[in-house]
Amino acid sequence: MTPHMLTRSLDRGATIFLAVVAACGILIPLSNLLLPAGSFLQVPTYLVALWGKYVCYAILALSIDLIWGYCGILSLGHGAFFSLGGYAMGMYLMRQIGSRGVYGNPILPDFMVFLNYSKLPWYWQGFDMFWFAALMVLVVPGLLAFCFGWLAFRSRVTGVYLSIITQAMTYALLLAFFRNDFGFGGNNGLTDFKDILGFNVQAEGTRAALFALSCLALIASFLICRSVVSSKLGKVLIAIRDAESRSRFLGYRVESYKLFVFTLSACMAGVAGALYVPQVGIINPSEFAPGNSIEAVIWVAVGGRGTLVGAALGAVVVNYAKTVFTSGMLAPYWLFMLGAMFILVTLLLPKGIVGTFNAWWDSSKEKRAAATTASAAAEDGITEPRMAE
Amino acid sequence: MPANLSARFCSLLLSLFLIAFALPAFAGPFEDAVAKFANDDFSDTDEAIGAVASSGNKLAFPIISALQDGRLMADPDSKKVYVTGADGKSIDAATGESVASVPDSASAVRLNNRLRRSVDAAIGSLTLQSPDVGTRLQAAQSVFKSHDETALEAVDGALAKETNKSVKAALGDARAAILLFKPDTAEVEKLEAVATIKARGDQEALALLTGMGDQPASVTKAAASAIGSIQSSLAVWSTVQNAWYGLSLGSVLLLAAIGLAITFGVMGVINMAHGEMVMIGAYVTFVVQDVIRTRYPGLFDYSLLIAVPLAFIVAGALGVLIERSIIRFLYGRPLETLLATWGLSLVLQQAVRTMFGPTNREVGNPSWMSGAFELGQITITYNRLWILVFTLAVFVILLAMLRYTALGLEMRAVTQNRRMAASMGIATSRVDALTFGLGSGIAGIAGVALSQIDNVSPNLGQSYIIDSFMVVVFGGVGNLWGTLVGAFTLGIANKFLEPVAGAVLGKIAILVLIILFIQKRPRGLFALKGRAVEA
Repeated sequence: MTPHMLTRSLDRGATIFLAVVAACGILIPLSNLLLPAGSFLQVPTYLVALWGKYVCYAILALSIDLIWGYCGILSLGHGAFFSLGGYAMGMYLMRQIGSRGVYGNPILPDFMVFLNYSKLPWYWQGFDMFWFAALMVLVVPGLLAFCFGWLAFRSRVTGVYLSIITQAMTYALLLAFFRNDFGFGGNNGLTDFKDILGFNVQAEGTRAALFALSCLALIASFLICRSVVSSKLGKVLIAIRDAESRSRFLGYRVESYKLFVFTLSACMAGVAGALYVPQVGIINPSEFAPGNSIEAVIWVAVGGRGTLVGAALGAVVVNYAKTVFTSGMLAPYWLFMLGAMFILVTLLLPKGIVGTFNAWWDSSKEKRAAATTASAAAEDGITEPRMAE
Repeated sequence: MPANLSARFCSLLLSLFLIAFALPAFAGPFEDAVAKFANDDFSDTDEAIGAVASSGNKLAFPIISALQDGRLMADPDSKKVYVTGADGKSIDAATGESVASVPDSASAVRLNNRLRRSVDAAIGSLTLQSPDVGTRLQAAQSVFKSHDETALEAVDGALAKETNKSVKAALGDARAAILLFKPDTAEVEKLEAVATIKARGDQEALALLTGMGDQPASVTKAAASAIGSIQSSLAVWSTVQNAWYGLSLGSVLLLAAIGLAITFGVMGVINMAHGEMVMIGAYVTFVVQDVIRTRYPGLFDYSLLIAVPLAFIVAGALGVLIERSIIRFLYGRPLETLLATWGLSLVLQQAVRTMFGPTNREVGNPSWMSGAFELGQITITYNRLWILVFTLAVFVILLAMLRYTALGLEMRAVTQNRRMAASMGIATSRVDALTFGLGSGIAGIAGVALSQIDNVSPNLGQSYIIDSFMVVVFGGVGNLWGTLVGAFTLGIANKFLEPVAGAVLGKIAILVLIILFIQKRPRGLFALKGRAVEA
């Protein structure tokens, strides 16, 4: 294995990725706002919101790739952290409605008036301040992940057992948030948002700004993940992924590493959810559905597990396909396609799009190198880390 | 308007005059009573109800039940009262002759709560004489609840004639209830009544005794002790009932999880499409019943007996196919298997949705599975009982198969040590395919049973998959006894939490408890010991 080659290939992909995201984050809002409506190059507002959604999904996919691709933790409940972040943002947006709701109550959101609440529940206090809500976007998913991970990793719950209990976690939250007396709007969730930081949520300028912010968050998340996985910590994570018992015997506190990366990943998912809600305009309990979390895992698998760039790419590609196929005459077949994608990717493309491309690129590079200097080929055996559990 | 109103008022006065003086001259007491409905006066209506109910006229029941449903129309001008039927036809309430149409001035006779009680009591006493046992029983129950003293005579009369044992007991209870509430009953009779009601011992008896109002001191004392003993016996029965519901839920969970326990236990394969195998079994039942309904209606009672082997074969064959085409390439990669089978479950669901439509399909209960019987204070339905029996039978057969057949031996060998088994000449890949087929086939059988108590829709499997995983993980992998204990523990715990916390919170509590339990015992209740588990 040649480390410099690995980092170089990552660098190449990372540079292109960051350049594309930054270009989108700048050009799409500019074209939406500055060019006249209907012009050829103008991006319509609905597309800005749609792509904003994809970018949020890409952040979620990055957070899953960080733990699954680099630490071997397959969480089937990451949708829960995403939704909790979304709910925290949704609560802020609900409080911003103020007296403009249907019932005109200056403090209580409409659904609380409807359900005969006399005063605001204690856990809604403080959400009228943006800084507090923004803090909660990180703290609530992070705290849940910390408590959950602390219990799970310390008692060495691994592999499929961990996957199943994360699924149970998001399922339990789904049931809880569906309840009206849980105080989060029950079935209907939170919606009818008006303002964010004083700007109208529906306005074109706000949507463009939210899109640019989402791109910024994606870049930041990518850089955080990148610095984590390329540090010494990241090497230990990969060691844990490939041989957990051996890492433990070598003296590493496996559970602390796992707990750190799991909590970090949950916070990133929370941020993704918080950016998602104002762009989509609603958050309801169905976001907690276990199916959503599993779908997010398949984005990572399609793009390429353990590549970061691939995770983000997979999220965008799969969701773009979903938008295209669920709206047209092919809609009844979308589930066939999604199901087939799950099966085919795991069977035929275990490294995903980016992983396969990287392997092909590296091997063709090796061949070229071998053609020029016969000695170079002898060293380069494996360039990709082993992917087994 | 005022002119019209005063005209109506005059005509009303005139009619009253007519009723007071003219009608009695040529009408019998029944007709008089009926005419009182037209006075639009609550106390007159009350009198009319009592008089009509005790008249013995064959029109009495239609009139009172029409009154109850708001179909009794009275014309204040002509003092005529009409019964309109549900089919739109009307009859004159006094004579029973059919009339072409009810005049526009007629309106429905109004009721208040007091009158509604009278109506209920009247209907109760009227139906006490019905030739149908069920109606009589219901009537006696309703008299028991209303304990209206006007019904006493009717109850006594019915009691003398009654031959059916359960109706007689119900009438005795009803009589006791009336006597207890009647102010002028002798103290001894009241004490007897309390004893009778205490012997009944259900929730209604409790309600009756707690709400009986002012009574002589001795009666109050007797009632208090009766309340105490009823409450304690009810508490016991409610525990028994929860335990029964728990067993029933546990049997459903076991049935859904048992196939999963085999595939997961023997092969370490997480089959997310397991729920879809259950769904396919349910749809096989639907197809079998559909064919029977159209071709051989006489065989309907045997439909499940035909569906069980068919479902096993269909789901089992599909399982072998899945194993050979997908899962076999993914051994040693459990997380990828999980994703691929999840994709498979989406495909299967959508395929069934395309073939049979997204809505629920009707699957009927054969006659031997419908109905219920009473056991003390609880009701046991036959379909739940049969499912429990069936589940245990499947469990025993499976256990025997693993213990005594060659395939069972090979499966256990592969579970315990795959490489060693292969070295001993066991064709592990053949065992894998058959094991997966067996697990899927059992899921198909589970689908046949679950079609009897759940909606048969493409989402059927989804609702069981998380619960089944919880059962397997809780019970421990690779051990059927663990699955049995896990299923019944979760079922019973769920049903005992439900009354305390509500259905949804109870379920959430169970999920949280399992998550915490897994921390304590990461490999479940009955974990396999040895090196094999440290993969």
